[in-house]
Amino acid sequence: MSLTATAPTGTQRSVLDALEAESIHIIREVLAEFEKPGLLFSGGKDSVVVLHLLAKAVYPGRVPIPVVHIDTGHNFGEVLNFRDAVVEKYGLNLVVGSVQEYIDRGELAELPDGTRNRLQTRVLLDTIESNGFDVVFGGARRDEDKARAKERILSLRDEFGVWDPRNQRPEIWNLYNGRHEPGWHVRAFPISNWTERDIWAYIQRENIALPSIYFAHQRQVFERDGMWRAVTAVSQPEPAEQVVVRQVRYRTVGDASCTGAVLSAADTVEKVLDELAVATLTERGATRADDRISAAGMEDRKTEGYF
Amino acid sequence: MTTTLLRIATAGSVDDGKSTLVGRLLHDAKAILADSLDDLARTSAERGFGGQAGALDLALVTDGLRAEREQGITIDVAYRYFSTARRSFILADCPGHVQYTRNTVTGASTADAAIVLVDARHGVLEQTRRHLGVLALLRVPQLVLAVNKMDLVDWDEQRFSAIETEVLDLAGQLGLQAATVIPVSALHGDNVVDPSAHSHWYAGPTLLGLLEELAPGRPAGTARLDVQYVIRPQGALAPGLDPEAYRDFRGYAGTLADGSLSVGETVGILSNGYPATSRVKAIGTPSGPVGTAQPGEAIVLELEDEVDIARGDTVVAGQLPQAVREFAAEVCILAPATLAEGQRVLLKHGTKVAAAKIGPISHVLDVADYSHRQADTLGLNDLGRLTVRSSAALSPADYSDSRTGGSFLLIEPATGRTLAAGIIGAGHAAA
Repeated sequence: MSLTATAPTGTQRSVLDALEAESIHIIREVLAEFEKPGLLFSGGKDSVVVLHLLAKAVYPGRVPIPVVHIDTGHNFGEVLNFRDAVVEKYGLNLVVGSVQEYIDRGELAELPDGTRNRLQTRVLLDTIESNGFDVVFGGARRDEDKARAKERILSLRDEFGVWDPRNQRPEIWNLYNGRHEPGWHVRAFPISNWTERDIWAYIQRENIALPSIYFAHQRQVFERDGMWRAVTAVSQPEPAEQVVVRQVRYRTVGDASCTGAVLSAADTVEKVLDELAVATLTERGATRADDRISAAGMEDRKTEGYF
Repeated sequence: MTTTLLRIATAGSVDDGKSTLVGRLLHDAKAILADSLDDLARTSAERGFGGQAGALDLALVTDGLRAEREQGITIDVAYRYFSTARRSFILADCPGHVQYTRNTVTGASTADAAIVLVDARHGVLEQTRRHLGVLALLRVPQLVLAVNKMDLVDWDEQRFSAIETEVLDLAGQLGLQAATVIPVSALHGDNVVDPSAHSHWYAGPTLLGLLEELAPGRPAGTARLDVQYVIRPQGALAPGLDPEAYRDFRGYAGTLADGSLSVGETVGILSNGYPATSRVKAIGTPSGPVGTAQPGEAIVLELEDEVDIARGDTVVAGQLPQAVREFAAEVCILAPATLAEGQRVLLKHGTKVAAAKIGPISHVLDVADYSHRQADTLGLNDLGRLTVRSSAALSPADYSDSRTGGSFLLIEPATGRTLAAGIIGAGHAAA
């Protein structure tokens, strides 16, 4: 047995510093090599962190690309207000693709269960195409899901918006190749290598503002499938489901009709980090009813063109 | 306390228990949460794993895609994340099939350390030699050899020593100096996270214990900045900044590689093929201005002089970068395509993309015995040596000195496919 130590380069850098530098490198490559980038922005913590990194990547310049919100119409009011405040703060252009408008025009039909995550795919692909985006940044992380764990940082979509998981382009060193055929586009995931804990630790370090529903608050909820659902216009209890007031927070924000809250007293970033240190459920397992359908739920949606 | 990040790649032959080892590492490091464990227990039971209630098939942890679950094999590189009190890890789990050499290249290209599995019953196989050859070619700084399935050879010390000697000899031949050999049983968890009760003759660390100790990174060299993006924010300044203060601002954004760089230092620049010199006026980082930037940092460099610098240009500390239009390199073919002399390609080196042509192919490497064979063409998964002729001047470095300056991609112009990954240098024991 032998063990030879290699001298580390320079001072030891923290995990967050290393992840931040990698993400900014990716963002700069994409901004430089693509014609028309956009940033998918839901107001959720991951897209908020991507926007923060994007602002750093071009500082002292201004964020040079529009933000794109695929709006399910099933929003938490706090998140929409937050989105508008962020757009104002950074001086951004906002592009909205509205699922509700598609439904009103009869181009999309509500699903039997009333949820709209899956309906976003059509609107997302149309919005990308009609705006001529050749790349959109997303806040997906590989620790979220088994299919995401295999996805590239620059991930190709063909002219139908389809992801082919078995024919992915190798990604070597930090040499990203986003070239693609006409009509195709690329999804760029600069925070692929961050975990949920990294995101929160970075939000703490950088003092990044988030929608208030990420922190503990009193809310009318009812229990369904082992998850606490908020009582909203789009999420109503069945007669047998009892409405109670609980102190909850959200670990993810999404379609209000299928995103669950977790019981929590964490009303600050510090307390959220403490809570995560002892969490026993994954982020999506705890909060996303639609991810519980099957082991390949995310893979199937992604191959159709989903985020 | 500052925890550091270590990037690890795994390599191993089919059926040597690599997926089980990765699953064991994650499980015993408590990186699998309750709902994922429930899924694992359910799937394990459905498949009748272990024949007893509650037995977990840890190999299922790394299955990501439907086809992988259906076929019981790993197709693509999967990335896993776990951390201990001392360190965070990014693990690239690379499939072991011969035809997936390109996946090993992908995973190993960014790795600080690689774990190679050897089955204690079979010892060093052709696949092991192949993986070691690829890891040597990519100069992965730290190597860990896990001799797995020790329970199936009754924890025989002689058997372990024989394999240890053989792999260390092989690693030495290939120039892989920093190699550590550990006897493990991934199935039962011996020496993965917890020390084994069966290997009283082994005094070394457990796998996780070793991974916590390894030094990340590479020896420091000469600072190099491949310019990604020029920031000239006049008229489009970030909100809240004073336009007067940034009237003449011109910053070169990029990721610093190989060495540190300080304000006041002289730098050489290869700008559109022409050499120039200047001095560092200021360095911005994501956390604000600094006097000295460290390798790996995403920086914005300001220079004292007005030099015409664009994306694709290279800034080097203390010296003029050389201007090179033709170089020899090792390549690994990553696409189902054929490379031949005279072929037109795009070359991506650093942040520069240039039209290029394939020059003479000198040989293809037989990764089983590291011998060279004459070849006129190179195909998918081949490792070979060739010359590249670039239309634009580059400032390459030897890959042993600089991962950034010594690496490149070859891209098919019509489709944009990545054809090959290349390593610039004088050649290597495994090449």
